[in-house]
Amino acid sequence: MSLIEAPRSPAIQRRKKRGINWEKWGWIYMRASGVVLIVLIFGHLFVNLVAGEGVNAIDFAFVAGKLADPFWVVWDTLLLWLALIHGANGIRTIINDYANQPVVRRILLGAVAVSTAVLLILGTLVIYTFDPCPAGSPADLLPSFCPVP
Amino acid sequence: MPEKTAGTLVGDKPAAPKIAMPRRPAGTLYRGREGMWSWVLHRITGVAIYFFLLVHILDTALVRVSPEAYNAVIDTYKTPIMGLGETALVAAIGLHALNGLRIILIDFSRWGTKHQRLMFWIVIGLWVVLLIGFVPRQFMHIFGAH
Repeated sequence: MSLIEAPRSPAIQRRKKRGINWEKWGWIYMRASGVVLIVLIFGHLFVNLVAGEGVNAIDFAFVAGKLADPFWVVWDTLLLWLALIHGANGIRTIINDYANQPVVRRILLGAVAVSTAVLLILGTLVIYTFDPCPAGSPADLLPSFCPVP
Repeated sequence: MPEKTAGTLVGDKPAAPKIAMPRRPAGTLYRGREGMWSWVLHRITGVAIYFFLLVHILDTALVRVSPEAYNAVIDTYKTPIMGLGETALVAAIGLHALNGLRIILIDFSRWGTKHQRLMFWIVIGLWVVLLIGFVPRQFMHIFGAH
């Protein structure tokens, strides 16, 4: 009983507890994904809103033409995962800031987690099970590379 | 007999304070200045972009339903109202992206921390340039003859 701990010394238990520092990695993720997303999103916006006819050019055949190229498959997959997780983590921060009641907070965080998981699975399935030439569709709606029935 | 309360005590008139309390805290480096407003804008644009992203993943998922279903929904994106919405979306994304780079420079460099106010105005300047490039092009697409 000779030493009095300095004020604000970290609790011994807390120091002992090791493991992944999720908040730190979330913080790093926001910055790392943010930089990549600048390239991915502005590329996406340029091709879909600025180039050529802009938004008027977008239809099923346009999307099918893009997804026939592995380059855009990878691009869109990265866009989906990086953007949605970046957004969900941002919303998580905002919920933690403003939802004071623990029950409300837990419900909101759960809703974000569930919707994020569902949309990631849905989006990934759409990209990788996509059929650019669905049978029985009128040929004028399909990309030009589809076989003529 | 009425109880003697503090209010009836003789000579208990509170003296008027000589210096009026400021109506809001003033003279801080953060509050009400560039640092605070960039934070506010980052939150608002972030939430707006997030909710658009949720809708956008769902509408794009319609390519897996049928060409007709996807085209029906994407045609609404070509209306003037939605065209203005896309303009607002690009404006929000541009601000969030540029301010995000500012945040990274503040976090990782001494120079950035020192010049965060200057960088806020650089962000606004680059954002205006971005919109000068995008908006006429977008308006040509949504309001022009095609």
